[in-house]
Amino acid sequence: MTNADQSRETVIRIRGLRNQFGRHVVHENLDLDVYRGEVLGVVGGSGTGKSVLLRSISGLQIPTAGEIDVLGTNVLTASDDQRTALEQRWGVMFQDGALFSSLNVRENIEVPMRHVEGLSPKLRSQMADLKISLAGLPYLAGDKFPSELSGGMRKRAGLARALALDPEILFLDEPTAGLDPIGAADFDILIRQLSKSMGLTVFLVTHDLDTLHATCDRIAVLAEKRVLVTGTMKEMLAVEHPWVHEYFHGPRARAAMDAIPAKKDG
Amino acid sequence: MTTEPLPATVETSATKDETRIALRGAFSLAALSDLVAKLQDCQGAVTLDLSGVTRLDTSAAWAIVTAEAAAKAKNQPFTLTGLSDDSKTLLATVAKAMPEPDTVPPTRKTLVDWVEVTGRKVAATFDFGLQLLGYLGLFLHRLARSVVRPSNFRFTALVHHCQEVGVKAVPIVALMSFLIGVVLAFQGSTQLRQFGAEVFVVDLIAVSILRELGILLTAIIVAGRTASAFTAAIGSMKMREEIDAMRTLGIDVADALFVPRILALLLMLPILGLIANLSGLIGGGLMSWIDLGISPGMFQTRLIENTGIWHLLVGIIKAPFFALIIGIVGCHAGMQVGSNAESLGQQTSASVVTAIFAVIVTDAIFSIFFAQVGV
Repeated sequence: MTNADQSRETVIRIRGLRNQFGRHVVHENLDLDVYRGEVLGVVGGSGTGKSVLLRSISGLQIPTAGEIDVLGTNVLTASDDQRTALEQRWGVMFQDGALFSSLNVRENIEVPMRHVEGLSPKLRSQMADLKISLAGLPYLAGDKFPSELSGGMRKRAGLARALALDPEILFLDEPTAGLDPIGAADFDILIRQLSKSMGLTVFLVTHDLDTLHATCDRIAVLAEKRVLVTGTMKEMLAVEHPWVHEYFHGPRARAAMDAIPAKKDG
Repeated sequence: MTTEPLPATVETSATKDETRIALRGAFSLAALSDLVAKLQDCQGAVTLDLSGVTRLDTSAAWAIVTAEAAAKAKNQPFTLTGLSDDSKTLLATVAKAMPEPDTVPPTRKTLVDWVEVTGRKVAATFDFGLQLLGYLGLFLHRLARSVVRPSNFRFTALVHHCQEVGVKAVPIVALMSFLIGVVLAFQGSTQLRQFGAEVFVVDLIAVSILRELGILLTAIIVAGRTASAFTAAIGSMKMREEIDAMRTLGIDVADALFVPRILALLLMLPILGLIANLSGLIGGGLMSWIDLGISPGMFQTRLIENTGIWHLLVGIIKAPFFALIIGIVGCHAGMQVGSNAESLGQQTSASVVTAIFAVIVTDAIFSIFFAQVGV
């Protein structure tokens, strides 16, 4: 850990996390720090528990052991009120948007806003329209139902709902999976822009090397049931571990690397 | 370390032709109404001081950008002071993303539109009927083909579906029919006792259960159980593109999915109907014995003497027709499922409603037919 890291505020702190399904141990003694304002990309092979890690932090999965602090609150021992307060300070975007199918996009985004007292329905729908536009969707998308949207639009709508309360932390599960390369690149740029302009801390789980290059400040590699290494892309390239080496030096990684200069301008 | 955000405050100080507004603290949606109201109340030149803001959110930025645009429209000066770099970026992002309502030309419904909608619905109903007829044809064709070429026939699947559709439905069908028999005997005896004609309760039970109730209620229960199961099973296969995969692999969907299911229903529904008849008569007989003192022996004698074989046949003849209706409606609805889970739910409930409705309509047609031919 460098000096620069220590001076920054830690928003997510995980110590000694252990997740176990029956006899199958997914995480063992996992430690991870996420700092304010950064975009952290979590990578790892299939079945290394990337999504389980995200679900543990966001409280959807109770770990077998360990400690998880988010914004100074211990997620595992928090009271119901503390949890509610915490949930308003983070937003989660699920893989396929996880929009409520019986509501249209605007109503979907209004759902988290309904808990805010003293917000008139008109202001609420205006705020929802703003979030729709921030997520890069056309105005008319607000009237559509999730089943009428394409996969990319559903993801954007899911992002808009995650941003509804202006969270401090944004969790993204495979944000670019299933998108065509152009749509995925647009989404990368969108995440980058929003995180910078809204001061978001982004925790994203991905397989997409292009996303790692284009959006992430830091990368955490999950392997051997723990966070094997964290660091910038440059530091990752120097890691000797066989899986990490294979991942960041494989043919796909090289292709993604060649594309960075063009991406960073976007 | 807990970071408790400072509450957001909006302070207004107004002179004759100038308003100064000072924002302090961390802004969130909760502070939006207050901010919007105070920004709307401003008179004359407005100076907005953001130096005390610890966190600006998109909603506050939206309010500021909106107020700025409104002031510009009225040609009044609007100044922002004490902006941090973060706030500047956020304001720029929000200003760029301000939603602009796309105006959709309002469409007014005229009488012609209503007529058109009605016409389309009628046409769709006819089309639906034709499609069901098409499925019937498909089933019969594939059935006939597998007689010629038995290798196409899926015997294992047929046995499996017979188990699902028939054997597993026996308990509920028998119980329901038994209870109907009991109710009929009880209600019948109370009415017939007034004329001293208690003994006719046997005829009442026999005729109503054998001709109508036994098979009709069995068909309704099977429609609820099986039509929905067919739709859900085929529909979820359609949803996961399994049907498309079968087609690309050269497997005939009708051979693999429709024939075993509908044939299983065709074989099982008459048997279930017989079981329903039997247990209905047992229930009726038991109740007559308890309530009216008609002994089982006497019940049997009267039943055999007075109830012709045609009463039973009239009921059982209907079974294969009901089976075809339920099976075809269930399979057809399954194939209409789209790529999302909502359409699976819609089609499943639609298939049950359609199947039950069609069964009852068919039963009514049969009643008229049998009354005309006099059996």
